[in-house]
Amino acid sequence: MLRMLARRVLLGIVTVFLVSLIIFSGVEILPGDACTAYLEREAQGKLLENCRTELGLDRSASARYLDWASGAVRGDLGVSATGRKSIATLVGDRLKNTLLLAACALVVGIPLALFLGVVSALNRDRPADLIISTLTIFAMTIPEFVTATLLILVFSVWLGWVPGIVLTSAGAPVSEFFPEILLPIAVLAMVMTAHILRTVRSSVIETMASDYVQMAVLKGVPYWQMVFRHVLPNALLPTINVVALTVAWLLGGVVVIETVFNYPGLGRMMIDSISDRDLPVTQAIALIIATVYVAVNLLADLLTMLANPRLRTAQIRH
Amino acid sequence: MSSSRPESANSQTAPLVAIKDLSIGFTGKKGTTLAVLRNIDLQIYAGESVGLVGESGSGKSTLALAAMGYLKRGLRVLNGQACFREDDMFTQTRDQLEQVRGGHIALIPQNSGQSLTPTRRIGRQVAEALRLHSSLPAVQHSSRVVELLEQVRLPDPLTLVNRYPHELSGGQQQRVAIAMALAGEPSVLLLDEPTTGLDVTTQAHILELLSELARQSGMAMVYVSHDLGAIARVCDSVAVMYAGEIVLQGSARQILLDPIHPYARGLLASIPRLKDATLPRALDGRPPAPGETGNACAFAERCALAKPRCTSERPPLQSLASGEAVRCHFYAEAKNLALAGDKQRSARILADTGDATLELKEITISYAKPGLMDQVLGRKPSSTPTVDDINFRLLQGETLGLVGESGSGKSTILKSIAGLLSPLSGDIIWQNEDALPASVEKRSPQQLRRVQIIFQNPDESLNPRQTVAEILAQPLVLYFGLKGAALKARTVELLDRVRLAGHYMDRLPSQLSGGEKQRVAVARAFAAEPDLVLCDEVTSALDVSVQAAVLDLLDDLRRQSHTSYVFVSHDLAVVRALSDRVAVLYQGRLCEIGPAQSVYTHPSHPYTDVLLGAVLEPDPDTTPTLIADDVLELSPPDRGCAFQRRCPMSLGEQCNTQTPPWQHSENGHAIRCHLPLFNTSPLKH
Repeated sequence: MLRMLARRVLLGIVTVFLVSLIIFSGVEILPGDACTAYLEREAQGKLLENCRTELGLDRSASARYLDWASGAVRGDLGVSATGRKSIATLVGDRLKNTLLLAACALVVGIPLALFLGVVSALNRDRPADLIISTLTIFAMTIPEFVTATLLILVFSVWLGWVPGIVLTSAGAPVSEFFPEILLPIAVLAMVMTAHILRTVRSSVIETMASDYVQMAVLKGVPYWQMVFRHVLPNALLPTINVVALTVAWLLGGVVVIETVFNYPGLGRMMIDSISDRDLPVTQAIALIIATVYVAVNLLADLLTMLANPRLRTAQIRH
Repeated sequence: MSSSRPESANSQTAPLVAIKDLSIGFTGKKGTTLAVLRNIDLQIYAGESVGLVGESGSGKSTLALAAMGYLKRGLRVLNGQACFREDDMFTQTRDQLEQVRGGHIALIPQNSGQSLTPTRRIGRQVAEALRLHSSLPAVQHSSRVVELLEQVRLPDPLTLVNRYPHELSGGQQQRVAIAMALAGEPSVLLLDEPTTGLDVTTQAHILELLSELARQSGMAMVYVSHDLGAIARVCDSVAVMYAGEIVLQGSARQILLDPIHPYARGLLASIPRLKDATLPRALDGRPPAPGETGNACAFAERCALAKPRCTSERPPLQSLASGEAVRCHFYAEAKNLALAGDKQRSARILADTGDATLELKEITISYAKPGLMDQVLGRKPSSTPTVDDINFRLLQGETLGLVGESGSGKSTILKSIAGLLSPLSGDIIWQNEDALPASVEKRSPQQLRRVQIIFQNPDESLNPRQTVAEILAQPLVLYFGLKGAALKARTVELLDRVRLAGHYMDRLPSQLSGGEKQRVAVARAFAAEPDLVLCDEVTSALDVSVQAAVLDLLDDLRRQSHTSYVFVSHDLAVVRALSDRVAVLYQGRLCEIGPAQSVYTHPSHPYTDVLLGAVLEPDPDTTPTLIADDVLELSPPDRGCAFQRRCPMSLGEQCNTQTPPWQHSENGHAIRCHLPLFNTSPLKH
């Protein structure tokens, strides 16, 4: 088990390393460099030279990669082209905000998805299921920005219950984001609930049709005992991975939502850095998002392994 | 709760379970109601053991589950009742049903591997039944669980309670299911194909356990099975089902020795027997789909005795003075129908000029994959190989049967001949020439054409999106470059050879029955005009009556085209029906090889004895001989004889350390054993 864990972690580190190589070479292959991109028409003469020395672009690509990568390991992501600030500090605030949004959406979304998914599956083809399934389809198919705009229209413009956009600055403490953050949370929770719910529903339906659930019924196990002891422990295994994907999606910065609500998260920083042609920042955010994906999926696989006796005991035996 | 069970005064005479004129059906595509069970009447009394026999789709499992008030999704009661102690199960409340299920009527399911909840430990699953249905105080539950596991003869119950289902062998899982059913101390035990899918020796042991339990406890048993051999072991009376009806009912002896319904006679004739080498007789046609019968006898279309009356008037179930009940207008004539196959297997082309079609030389196969370090250093894995030291020759036109239990390596050997699995060492020699390349990618088109394989399950080996014509065209185009009219003509010809009409060309596999699909798979193999056809359990997924037709077809094709077969099966009677020579495998090692006649009449290796002794014949007058324990072996021993751990005649040290020598008799029969040649059988006295 420990060996397995070590192997998976090692594999994750290798993946992140490869991704960092790809990101770095991707930026290298682009015509020009961070300075020409940032300075645009003024990229000539002394200005360009100064910029290059300042960002260390006058060294070889391999030296710069090593510098960048070893810095990243230590938590130093370099300096932004715009304003020459420490990227780590810039990203730190944004990451905190993204985490806040993601955590709130998860706290609302996951229990809701599990509950509604199970209710829907247990009442398969009955009114409750039809209503839940229809709403799910809507939540999945209507683009987020449309939902977001509608919510702003209803709850902010018409009813005036909550502010429509976020005006708090990126570095503000968590408490100041309420109640502005409520609408973004609602939209995100809706989308993720829909995705997770569908997996939960089909997984529970499949498990309900299994031989062992039929056996439990024919053993005389009362209905709710059957659901909680025989159905759910098995049905929820495949949802772990879907939840992980959703978490990774949330942490990677939800660009559209952040833009609509003017929320100072990682996604919007990414967009801003691209439009500012700030390559060092873009590069750093890409690496962070990739690391989050790898870490979250690794965590999901380990959880699945812990929750599934088949995998767990198979690993112990080896 | 067993203490609160109603004890009626007439419990001696009233049936425990009474199915009364029960019909169950579903709504078809066109909105019509289609019946899967029609007018079933069945009584089960305390202590009785009733067999429900029928082929797939006959409704036998639906009937058994209906006795517990359970219907699969989509089914509904059309008419009648299923009563337990006079209460109709279909009108009971959920609470009442939960009392009866597991407490009064318990089920032992078909596939215990899938019927045990994978995320719960064995002990907790058995204890759950106790908690729900036993009057024992909770503190005694864990000791009672161990007792129950001991009662079904599971080894080391104290550690077993903490195991998960997947850590047990198929036989052990089945025993856990039995223990779980016994936990509620039921008065009726429903067994839905409880031994299907288990190895022969395991099967015999489980059946012995079940009949002993029934004797001890006085439980009534309803034994659902397609396997008449199993029914013959455990049942006092038998009901034969066909297309959702009971067509014949009587004592086990009446039904199994001389049944008076044409279908039951046909069914018996289609079962291959261990004791004779004739081909079983196939039942032509297929059972009607639900709703297809209308007002006719359901069996009329396939019946040799059918008269006009049979298609216009549904026969009632008539009770006879002899104690049988039969649903046939002309049952008196049924006794004229033969009960056994009479067709001799086509004679083998005995031209033993030493020209082998195929020769395996010292084939060793290992599933252990070399690790990364081993690959880098060029080391071979040190573990004991899965299959070791396989040598045999196959003559032109000869059929070699490979038999053994699951894990014996029979399919593995087939795959290596086909080139799908490269052996670790050894040669596959083709027609005394050079060795065939081990991997299928390196074989020439001609080499590929000569060796064809037919798989166990045609559902998985036929592409569901290709029509029959497209499936057959592949080898024809690949090996012979046929196209246009020539291709079509050859396709029709091939279909004709496997006894399918030309219009099957445009069908998709899903539009064919199981037997028809397997015939298409046979046609595809023969399209290549092969010299050798590898048959991997080709009839195991089929009903017996269909199996007989496929066996007959394979025999015919061999006669016409002088093809050699390597025929792998776990069913010893099927192998007997088709093989010239038989090789017995245990744990990937050959134990015995020789002419089929000689091996079956004079089994000489202790393992062959064990295997043949455990076979269940559909004859209540025979009993299986259980010699060795049915322990599961996961890997072969490092040295010595492969069978050392289970051998009832082991010599100890010698068998455990030295590889036994081959001993030959003059007729080509050979065994690999330390004991004196052909004198080892404990069955002979």
